[in-house]
Amino acid sequence: MRTLKILLQKEVRQIFRNKIILRIATIMPIMQFLILPLAANFEIKNINLVFVDHDHSVDSRKLLSDITSSGYFRLIDYNNTFDAAYKYIETDKADVVLEIPAGFEKNLMREGKQQIFIAFNAINGTKAGLGAGYLRTILGNYNKDIIVQLAPSVKSKQESGINVVPLDWFNSQRDYKLALIPGILGMLVTLLSCFLTALNIVKEKEIGTIEQINVSPIRKSDFILAKLIPFWILANVVFTLGLFLCYFLYHIVPVGNLLVLYAFVAVYLLAILGFGLLVSTYSETQQQSMFIMFFFVMIFILLGGLFTPIESMPHWAQLITKLNPLAYLIKVIRMVMLMGSGFKDILPQLEVVAIMAVVLNAWAVFNYKKKV
Amino acid sequence: MKQFLSFVRKEFRHVLRDRRVLLILFGMPVVQVLLFGFALSNEIKNTKVVIVDYAKDYASQQITTKIGASRYFEIEKNLLTHEELLSAFKKGEIKEAIVFPAKFAQNLADNKQAQVQIITDASDLNASNQIVSYLTNIIQNYEAEQNELQEVPYRIIPETRMLYNPELKGAPNFVPGVMALVLLLVCVLMTAVAIVKEKETGTMEVLLVSPMKPWTIIVSKATPYLILSLVDLISILLLSVFVLDVPVQGNLLLLLAESTLFIVTCLMLGILISIQTSSQQVAMLIALIGMLMPAMMLGGFMFPIENMPYALQLISNLIPSKWYYIIVKNVMIKGAGFSAVWKETLILGVITLMLFFVSLKKFKIRLQ
Repeated sequence: MRTLKILLQKEVRQIFRNKIILRIATIMPIMQFLILPLAANFEIKNINLVFVDHDHSVDSRKLLSDITSSGYFRLIDYNNTFDAAYKYIETDKADVVLEIPAGFEKNLMREGKQQIFIAFNAINGTKAGLGAGYLRTILGNYNKDIIVQLAPSVKSKQESGINVVPLDWFNSQRDYKLALIPGILGMLVTLLSCFLTALNIVKEKEIGTIEQINVSPIRKSDFILAKLIPFWILANVVFTLGLFLCYFLYHIVPVGNLLVLYAFVAVYLLAILGFGLLVSTYSETQQQSMFIMFFFVMIFILLGGLFTPIESMPHWAQLITKLNPLAYLIKVIRMVMLMGSGFKDILPQLEVVAIMAVVLNAWAVFNYKKKV
Repeated sequence: MKQFLSFVRKEFRHVLRDRRVLLILFGMPVVQVLLFGFALSNEIKNTKVVIVDYAKDYASQQITTKIGASRYFEIEKNLLTHEELLSAFKKGEIKEAIVFPAKFAQNLADNKQAQVQIITDASDLNASNQIVSYLTNIIQNYEAEQNELQEVPYRIIPETRMLYNPELKGAPNFVPGVMALVLLLVCVLMTAVAIVKEKETGTMEVLLVSPMKPWTIIVSKATPYLILSLVDLISILLLSVFVLDVPVQGNLLLLLAESTLFIVTCLMLGILISIQTSSQQVAMLIALIGMLMPAMMLGGFMFPIENMPYALQLISNLIPSKWYYIIVKNVMIKGAGFSAVWKETLILGVITLMLFFVSLKKFKIRLQ
C-alpha cells in the first residue's frame, strides 16, 4: 500500500510538472467540445437544385415554386440546357437536376400524364435518397392540387389513405445536437485516455527509467495501478467539465440519473485505460505505441455507432462492435442522458465493460515484464 | 546533391530498421479502408421491429407481412402494453415499434382513413430517420396497391436517375473520405516525430554542426515517408477497385499526382509540428488528439459542410483532407478532369508551400 502511494506521488508529480502535456490533455478536448458539436448536423436541407424548364408554362413555374418553398431545396440556376445543368453536378455545385420537357402542361392536360426527369448526384447515397423522398412528396401534393382544380369529383375517391404518424421518443424535436453531443463527449474522453496511457509506460522504456523500476521491489500490479489512477482521475475531471458544458452551453438536461452514468464511466475508464497501458507494454517506442493506438481508436470511433448506426453495418462488423468499448459507452450515454434508463437497464452493458476492464488490466500486468 | 542523397539514405535506414512501425504503416491503412469501406453505410438492414397490433385484422396483417418480407426489417411480434414498450426501449433492446390501433381495417374501409403509429428511438436520429422513411414507403406501397383499381388522372411521373451511385451504396462516399482521413493522420504522425526525435535523443546537435542546410534536412526527412505513403496509396487504390468495387473513373495519373501533392502537404504539416515541439510525446498528442476529431468532423465526408455555421465553414477550409476529399470524389468517382479540381489543387499547393516556408523559418539552427 505504501509503495503504491509513493508511486502515485511520482506519477502525479510527473503529470503536473509537464505543463504542456497537461494542457493538451485538458484544454484541447474541451476546446474541441466547444467547437465541433456545431458541425454535428446530419439534417439534409439546402439541396442545391438546377431547374431546366423547356416548357415555360404556368404549371411548370408553379411546380418550381412548390419545390423551392418546401425549404429543402435551394435553386441554383434556372432555365438552361440539360448539358449545362449537368456541368453543375460535375463541379459539385448542384445536387439535383430537374428537367421539365417541352409540352409539359399540354400533355398533362390532354393525356393526363407527363414524365419529368430528375438526376441526383448520388455519391452521398443518404442525401440523394432523402432528397428523392422529399421530391416524391412534393410531386404527390402537386398532383393532388391539380386534381382538386381540374377534377374535384376524383378527389373524394382519393381521400382513402393510411395516415402514418411518426412518434419520436426520447428526442421529440428530432434535434441532432441532442443525439450526437453526449456521444462526442464520450469520444473525446476516450481519445484522451487512450493516447495518454499508450505513451506512458513506453516512454519510461525509451528514456531508460523503467530499469530503475525493474530493479526495485515494486510489484507489477502496483506499478500498473499507479499509472492507471492519475489518468482515471484526469479523465473523470474532463468528463465532468464536458457534462457542465453539455448543460450550460448546449442545454442538454440529462433525463436519467447522472450517478448511473458516473458508475458506468468509472468502470469504462478502467477498461479503456487498461487497454492503453496494454498497448504501451507491447510497444518498444512511443511511435509504435501511437500508431497501434491510432489504429484501434479509429475503429472504436467509426464503428462506435455514433455517426453511422450499428444497425446499418454488415453482420460481421456488428460482431466487431461487440468488442468495442466505446460502442457501449455511446449506447449507455444515450440511454441515461436521453432515455432516462436506470441502473438495471444498463446492467448488461456494465457487465461487459467490467469484464473488459478486468481482462485488459490483468493482461497489462501480466505482459509487463520486469526485465529488458 | 550527394549530401542530400546520403542523408535520404540515412533516413531510409532509420525507417526500414523499425520493422514493427513498418508493418503497422503498411497494414493499418489497408485494414482500415477495407473495414470502413464495407462497414460504413447509412442503410439499415435487418433491424428488429416490434409490431403492436391492437387490430389483428387482415389489413394490419398484410402490412406486417410486407414489412417482414423487406430486407430492412425483422418482425418481432409482441403485443405489449405501453409500459412494457417503454422499458424495452429503455433497455436499448428495440429501436422501433409499429402500433396498429383497434379496428384498423374497419376504419380504412368505412371512413377511408386509418392511423398507424411508428415509434422510433430518436436518440439515434440517423437510424430513426431511415426507419421512418422505409416503413412509410412500405405502407404507402401497400396503399397504392389497394388503390390500384382507381385510375388517377393528371399524373406526373418522375423518372429519377441516381448518378455515379445507382444503388445508393455507402462506399462511394466513405472510401474517398476514409482515404483522406487515414492518409492525413498517418502522414502527419510519421513526420511529427521525425525532427523532435533527433532533438530528444541528442543527435540533433550532430545534424546542426554538419554542413546540411535546413531545407535539405526537411526535404530529406520527408522523402522516405513520401515513398512509403505512395506504396500505401497504391495498395488502398487496388483494394478499393478490386475489393470494394469503387473503380477509378477518371485519369489514374491525375489521381496519383493529386494524391502525391496531398501526401506532401500532410508530411509538411507533420514536419512543422515536429519543429515546433519539444518532445515526441507532445508532437504525437498534438497530431492525434488535436487532429483526429476535427479532421473527421470537418472533413466533409461525415457531415455536410454547407449545414455548418459560417465560422465553422471557414475553419474547415484549413483542413487539407477536406480539399483532398473533394478531389478524390471528383476524379475517382465522377471521372472529372483537371479542370474540375484545379482550384482545390491550387489551395493544397499553397498550403504546402506555406507549411514548408513556415517550417524553414521556425527551424532553429542552434540548440537552446
